[in-house]
Amino acid sequence: MVSVKILGSGCANCKRLEAVVAKVIAERGIDAAIEKVTDYAHMMRWNILQTPGLVINDTLVSAGRIPSESEITAWLTQH
Amino acid sequence: MHSGEEAGGIFVLFYVRFFAMTQVLSSPAEHARAADRRAWLIVTGAAIVWLVAYRSIQPLAHWLTYGVIGLQPGSHLGESVAFFLYDVPKILLLLSGMIFVISTVRSFFSPERTRALLAGKREGVGNLLAASLGVVTPFCSCSAVPLFIGFVEAGIPLGVTFSFLIAAPMVNEVALVMLFGLFGWQIAALYMAAGLAIAIASGMVIGRLQMERYVEDFVWQIRSGGGAVVVTDPTWSQRFALAWQSTREIVGRVWLYVIIGIAVGAGIHGYVPEQAMADIMGREAWWSVPAAVLLGVPLYANAAGVMPVIQALIAKGAALGTALAFMMAVVALSLPEMIILRRVLKPRLIITFIGITAVGIVAIGYLFNLMI
Repeated sequence: MVSVKILGSGCANCKRLEAVVAKVIAERGIDAAIEKVTDYAHMMRWNILQTPGLVINDTLVSAGRIPSESEITAWLTQH
Repeated sequence: MHSGEEAGGIFVLFYVRFFAMTQVLSSPAEHARAADRRAWLIVTGAAIVWLVAYRSIQPLAHWLTYGVIGLQPGSHLGESVAFFLYDVPKILLLLSGMIFVISTVRSFFSPERTRALLAGKREGVGNLLAASLGVVTPFCSCSAVPLFIGFVEAGIPLGVTFSFLIAAPMVNEVALVMLFGLFGWQIAALYMAAGLAIAIASGMVIGRLQMERYVEDFVWQIRSGGGAVVVTDPTWSQRFALAWQSTREIVGRVWLYVIIGIAVGAGIHGYVPEQAMADIMGREAWWSVPAAVLLGVPLYANAAGVMPVIQALIAKGAALGTALAFMMAVVALSLPEMIILRRVLKPRLIITFIGITAVGIVAIGYLFNLMI
C-alpha cells in the first residue's frame, strides 16, 4: 500500500491538492492511504518552505504547488 | 474559389511539414524546444491582442457613456459612468497583463533559492538582500510558518528573516499594478522604495533587539530531515503555464473587489465636492496618518478594492502620504497573517513586529506628506 501525506494546515491549496490526489487514487484504483499532516513541527521533517507539500512513501515529491494529475499518477504508480 | 484552394494547398503543405518535423523531433530536448517556441508564439500573440484592447478602452468608454447611453458630458452622472467604464477594463487588463509578466519573472526565483542566497549573510547586507528578494520571491502568507521555520533553521538571523516577511506582502504585485494603473509609475516606484526601506529598517531593529527567545520553543527544537525538493529549472512553456495559472488565480480573487472599489470611487469622483477630503485626510490634519494606519490593519482582504477609493479620495484633497500609509497598513499588517505567525512567534515578538512596522509606515506617511 502506498502511503500519501499532505503537508499543510488547512490552506485552500492544501484542500485542493488533497482532492486531486483522492481523485487520482479513485480513478486508477490505487491502493493508498491519505494522511493529513497539520502539525508544523511534524511537517518540517521534510524541510518544506511552502505548503502544500506532498509526501509519497516518506519522500517529499512536491511543495508549494498543485502538481498535475499525470505527475501524481506517475509518482503513485512508480512507488 | 481559387484563393480558397490556394489556402488549402498551403495548409496541407504546412501540415506535411509539421508532420515531418514531429517525426524528426524524437528526442525529449527537441520536443521541449518546440513546445517553448509554440509558447512564445502564443504569448506574443496574446500581447498584441492585449495592446490593441488596452488602446481601445478610452474611446470605447467615451462612446458608450455619451453616445450609447446618451449622458450629458460634464454632468455628475456622466462623469461617474465614464470614469467607471474606463477604469474597470483598464485596471483589469493591467492586472492580468502585468501579473502575468511578474509571475513569469518570479518563476526564476523560489523560496528554496532565496534561503540559499540568504544563508550566512550578516545583518545589513542580509536585510537589504532579504527585502529585495521578498519582492520577487513567490510568497503566500499561508506558507509564512514553514518559511519562517525553514529560514531560521538555516541560520538566517531573525532580523533578516523579518525583512523578508515584511517586504514580501507589502511590495506585492497587486498593490504595485494598481498604483501604476491609477497613479503612474513614479508613485508605484516611490511605494516600492518606501516599502523596501521600511522592511530593511524594521528587520534591522528587530535584529538588534535580540528577540530570539520570543520565538516559540518548538521552532528551535526542529531538526529537519533535509529532504527538500530538488529545484529544477522549468522550461519556458512551463514558466508561461505557471504564470498563466497564477494570473487566473489572482485576478479571480480580486476582480470583484476591484469593480466594487471603482464603483465607489466613481461615485466619489462625480458627487463628492472638490476639497471635501482636505479637512479630514489633508496634510494639515496631523492625526490622519496614524489614524489611517490603525484603520488599515483589519482591512486585509480588500487591498485591491481599497485602492480605487483612495485614488478618488486623493483627487478630492486627501494627502498622498496619508493614502499610501493606509495602503501599506492594509497589505503589510494584516490580521490573518498575524494569526498565522502567532504559531511560531510569542505575543511579545508579534507586538514588537507590528509596532516597529507601524512606526515605519507612519514615518513614511509623514515624509511623503512633507515632500509632495
